[in-house]
Amino acid sequence: MWDYTGKVKELYKAPKNVGVIPDADVVAEVGSIVCGDALTLYLKLDGEKIIDAKFQTFGCGSAIASSSALTEMVMGKTLDEAAKITNKDIVEYLGGLPEQKMHCSVMGQEALTKALKKLKGETVEEEEEVEGEIVCQCFGVTDTLIKKVVRENDLSTVEDITNYTKAGGACGSCLHKIEDILHEERKNMAEENIAVKPEKKPLTNIKRMQLVEETITDIVRPILQRDGGNIELVDIDGKKVMVRLLGNCANCVISDVTLKNLVQDKLREFVEDDIEVIEQVQV
Amino acid sequence: MNEIVYLDNNATTMVPPEVVDAMLPFLGSRYGNPSSMHDFGGDVSDDVERARDSVRRMLGADNDYEIVFTSGATESDNLAIMGTLSYHKDKRHVITTRVEHPAVLNLCRQLERQGYRVTYVPVDARGNLDLHYLFEAVDDDTAIVSVMYANNETGVLFPVEEIGAFLKERGIPFHVDGVQAVGKVPIDVNKINCDYFAISGHKFHAPKGTGALYVRRGTRMRPMQHGGHQERGRRPGTLNVPGIVAMGKAADLAMEHLKEEDHVAVLRDRLEKGLLKRFPNASLNGDPTLRVPNTTNIGFEFVEGEAILLYLNEKGIAASSGSACSSGSLEPSHVLRAMGVPFTSAHGSIRYSLSRYTTEKEIEYTLSVMPEVIEKLLELSPFWDNEKKEGKPVTGISC
Repeated sequence: MWDYTGKVKELYKAPKNVGVIPDADVVAEVGSIVCGDALTLYLKLDGEKIIDAKFQTFGCGSAIASSSALTEMVMGKTLDEAAKITNKDIVEYLGGLPEQKMHCSVMGQEALTKALKKLKGETVEEEEEVEGEIVCQCFGVTDTLIKKVVRENDLSTVEDITNYTKAGGACGSCLHKIEDILHEERKNMAEENIAVKPEKKPLTNIKRMQLVEETITDIVRPILQRDGGNIELVDIDGKKVMVRLLGNCANCVISDVTLKNLVQDKLREFVEDDIEVIEQVQV
Repeated sequence: MNEIVYLDNNATTMVPPEVVDAMLPFLGSRYGNPSSMHDFGGDVSDDVERARDSVRRMLGADNDYEIVFTSGATESDNLAIMGTLSYHKDKRHVITTRVEHPAVLNLCRQLERQGYRVTYVPVDARGNLDLHYLFEAVDDDTAIVSVMYANNETGVLFPVEEIGAFLKERGIPFHVDGVQAVGKVPIDVNKINCDYFAISGHKFHAPKGTGALYVRRGTRMRPMQHGGHQERGRRPGTLNVPGIVAMGKAADLAMEHLKEEDHVAVLRDRLEKGLLKRFPNASLNGDPTLRVPNTTNIGFEFVEGEAILLYLNEKGIAASSGSACSSGSLEPSHVLRAMGVPFTSAHGSIRYSLSRYTTEKEIEYTLSVMPEVIEKLLELSPFWDNEKKEGKPVTGISC
């Protein structure tokens, strides 16, 4: 059983402000049913002031409580005041959350940020509600969000980041990247300088081949092997990479998906963003 | 209803008064060490051996010395697999299934890190094992095959007899994790043709911290811990006498009450049918026929499992969930994912596991409470249309 505070229990048992506002000034949706939690936030304004807030949540007890807390916190605030609310404030309002449940408060803040952006007329891409680069493929967590939670919550370990954002909590293949981001952001925080990302230089043929081989051996193969599959690197011709899927993957009905979503994505991520993967079918 | 409605018997079970009474003297005046030379200890040894014989009979084993007492099934599983591997050092391949309990699954992951090759046999959408896949995976390098008898989340039974016959012919050691089958279906280790069979006391109404491993006569293995001569050196350490005596009593009761399992199945089916009828969006996870009588696993769509459990908890009902949130991990249960249960219902899956102590009244109460729990959560859900009383089309299939 989770160690939920009295406030969390009170709010998941009898959440406040549940439902929809039919004539809401803004509606913001975050999360998805696949991830295991999702929140839709409705706000009604009178000028600059939030006069009504309602929510719908799919998620665990702390997700429901965090959503309820969020609506109570924004009610009566001006947009500028609401913009200052962080996930930390939500946690404080709840009297604390178990470490593994911190991401519930982050979801609340994300919904609020999205709603406020929409109100300002800033474009929010509905399909890809991402800002920055996706670091954790499993949960679609970006470097921007990771940096934000590190900064706002003074996080110092990769485990903390997983607890707050879910990043790295499933396959774990991005944990090293999270660690790098953490170090970078901690350094930035120490220096209070804005990070300058190193620019990618064009690769030589030799370097590219080396990187392709490394990526397949160290990253792609272990993932496939977990499901009883494997991959063979057949040839590299410029930016075309010929591979053969083996084991379970070979006759898997979603081998096309595996090829594009896993192999190609990983190669694009770690080698070059215009790598093309071609499957060599076994004769 | 003031008392708890306990529908989480695959997690642990009640220790009935008969079992408590059986163990109490050994926590009090009869504190002797069964290994001692004097009668004060020696008399205790008689009780331990009676318990061993009860466990032997429950498993259908031939000899009492084939029963090794342990601290529980995690230890039993580790002893069977590691004990075999350390005897047959030249064999580097292990076969198990994708839906094993962490006691086996995480051990196998560790073995992979140590350079072992592990084959994880898949299951189909109903949770039934791909036998052909398992048979194909066996080769000259295979050191041991470890398969659970009944799955803890769905209750689905695996065809251990077929596997046992196949492996016996080829002389490959076979370990069965029988934790969730004991006390629910008749066990016969000779019919199964297994070399090992692991059980856990607290899953069949004995106290926690008790367990046993059946080791077939002549099986070649090495102990995992070193110390005294207890359990013929296979599991050194002074015996947990109160726990062992209690487990012996629980084994007697399990054999005596096995026929009542039909009644457990009747109650389980009533709960299951009632829920599936009441909630058209709910679906059964696991094969409806090939399973233990006490378990049902139902996926409710558009609502999340931990929230269901918390609401049930408020109503005095104890159940369990395969949802990610309730386990502290971020993905839903590995068993449901191996079965390909869609995320939409995996997150809202609830396991109800009954026991012979479950009453009709408790099932009726649960059936009466579930609608308000689910409806309250549907009202909260962004994926449910409260006007039309139906689920909204799910958009965005990735996280």
